[in-house]
Amino acid sequence: MDAIIIETLIKIVVVVLIFSALGGFGTYFERKILAFLQRRWGPNIVGPFGLLQIIADGIKLFTKEDIIPINAERGIFIFSTLIIAVAAFTAFVAIPIYPQFTVFGYTVRPIVIDVNVGLLFVMGVMAVGMYSPLLAGMSSGNKWSLLGAARAVVALLSFEVITGLSILAPLMLVGSLSLIDINAYQMGGIDNWMVWQQPIAFVLFLIAGFAETNRKPFDLSEQDAEIIGGYHTEYSGMKYGLMMIGEYANMFVVAFLVSIIFLGGYGEAGSIVNGEAVGAWGGIWLILKVAFFFILFVWVRAAWPHIRPDQLMWLAWKVLMPLAVVNIVITGIVMMA
Amino acid sequence: MEHLQVAHPYFGAFAMMVFTLVAFFVTITLARYVSLKLAARNTEKLKLSIYECGPEVTKQPNKISAQFYLFGLLFILFDVEIIFMFPWAIDFKLLGWFGFAEMLLFILLLAIGFIYAWKKGALEWHSIK
Repeated sequence: MDAIIIETLIKIVVVVLIFSALGGFGTYFERKILAFLQRRWGPNIVGPFGLLQIIADGIKLFTKEDIIPINAERGIFIFSTLIIAVAAFTAFVAIPIYPQFTVFGYTVRPIVIDVNVGLLFVMGVMAVGMYSPLLAGMSSGNKWSLLGAARAVVALLSFEVITGLSILAPLMLVGSLSLIDINAYQMGGIDNWMVWQQPIAFVLFLIAGFAETNRKPFDLSEQDAEIIGGYHTEYSGMKYGLMMIGEYANMFVVAFLVSIIFLGGYGEAGSIVNGEAVGAWGGIWLILKVAFFFILFVWVRAAWPHIRPDQLMWLAWKVLMPLAVVNIVITGIVMMA
Repeated sequence: MEHLQVAHPYFGAFAMMVFTLVAFFVTITLARYVSLKLAARNTEKLKLSIYECGPEVTKQPNKISAQFYLFGLLFILFDVEIIFMFPWAIDFKLLGWFGFAEMLLFILLLAIGFIYAWKKGALEWHSIK
């Protein structure tokens, strides 16, 4: 029992360290890829290829003057930055981030908690992160922040419905909410990936993922020309940094979910595909899939303009939601027949 | 990966929440302390006021368009539906035709409400002319 507790605590520290570091590198890669797509250099002064830019940014964020506006509700203003980061990292506990492997004769299962409602847990905890923009906007005492918060929350609420509905059809096929079971359902190579059976659900879930992480085509909360910085207009220094860490961690959660639910995840260590052992390669494939979706997030940001709030509502409620319900009904009929 | 039965499966989630909460709070407090020592400070009232274009600001009420609340209500309606559908989707094969027909009936009832909301214009963004 004690061994399990210690193992869990070590896993927690490792997950937090990996994904806060990836959040920092995420900002670097985002700027570098964006610069590449726009034929600029991007960060290239600090260190080789500008790699030390992250450290420079960190020092700057850490030593910046700590400003809390006089009209802000101080407690909520600070606490709301914690919510998004804590929710994003707590969502990671139910995600298998690598296949099972053995090191020094000790079998490591790279999932912190193995609960039978894994997917529901992840989605629920991610939804708690929604309080962060709402409270940040309402406590700032600024109209821009308030408008940004209202827009962000309405977008998140609408697309929460799409996420839930689009995920139902794959769940009907698998019959389990555990991400390990969903991964095991798709074992045996590229033909068994969920995306071939549920292409509509895949597209819907990906679109909803962009909206849930406040990324470009749906980033209503951060349209500079209309509402300045949205809900984090008044944030600076490490409080802003923490919000960014939370947002990037959320992006990684969505990337992991899409990869595991629809693109076969990590396969299964030691299983045989077309006469080849996939073992350790499964983990590397999963990392590549997650990296692809991270690049896709940036790519879309470079390629698309953002849309208006009324267009977003039209898209969510009048197009995507009926489509998701029809997808569920068709899946049910096909499974029954 | 096989499933592993443990006595308290949610311990990890709770520990993660406490750990991240403490770690990030310490980070913020530390940054606050460091900036107090290092950064230049300006306590002029206009500097500490919110992002505006010059005037000294007064406390503003948190009033937003009622349209946002309408979407909040719609969300509650449809998200409760989805939570109800999750257990059904998991046991879909077990429930068979009977469960499928029941859920079709439920979706039909919700579709009537959805069409009503659509016809009433609840899904549109009203302009304030």
